[in-house]
Amino acid sequence: MASGVKPRVKVPKTAAAGDAITIKSLISHKMESGQRKDKEGNLIPRSIINRFTVEFNGKSVLDMAMEPAISTNPYVQFEALVPEAGDFVFTWYDDDGSVYDTTKSIAIG
Amino acid sequence: MEFSRRETLALGLGAAVVTVMPFSVNAAADDVIATFTGGADMADTGIELTAPEIAENGNTVPVAVSAPGASAIILIATGNPTPGVAQFNFGPLAASQSASTRIRLAGTQDIVAIAQMADGSFAKASATVKVTIGGCGG
Repeated sequence: MASGVKPRVKVPKTAAAGDAITIKSLISHKMESGQRKDKEGNLIPRSIINRFTVEFNGKSVLDMAMEPAISTNPYVQFEALVPEAGDFVFTWYDDDGSVYDTTKSIAIG
Repeated sequence: MEFSRRETLALGLGAAVVTVMPFSVNAAADDVIATFTGGADMADTGIELTAPEIAENGNTVPVAVSAPGASAIILIATGNPTPGVAQFNFGPLAASQSASTRIRLAGTQDIVAIAQMADGSFAKASATVKVTIGGCGG
């Protein structure tokens, strides 16, 4: 388990029904690429987040596969449709099997 | 120094191998593209890839892709030890088939984005990024 993993997501609190909103997501993670070497010259094993998914009320918005070339603290910005009030569920899948998630509610208004 | 027929042939073969070498550098990237497209032809329009011309720090290079009507977009860094960067699969609630993120680049190279459209066709865009400091540690 990577330490200090903390998801942060920016979603507007309200939107008009059918609106497109911009979502910014970031998770603090070192994204060890498996290319770097430590002081003794040994390869540091790969440890990254390999998948990121966003769902709204159970419907998919984005499903992203990540490779080691994604920077430290993976940041993703994208747009989503809001047909009704509900919850965005953000899920990150770690190489070591850990799953991190966070939920953001949005109201119509 | 005299060459026999056999030696001359061997020399020619060696030269041919050397000429072909540069292409093998990108073989891994081509593999990734072939896996995604299945060898289908790619159009040049319908996808936009936004990347800086010069990136001072290869550790975080901001890139954005946008392809209206795409179901998936794949991002490839042809000069990285692992060429695959990311694959975006857009769901029914994606307002636009666009996304931006930050990537690592090992050095100056071409990055390629390929979109798979809803009708199954493919579109490709590429950009060259000059990297001052590579992002692979070492």
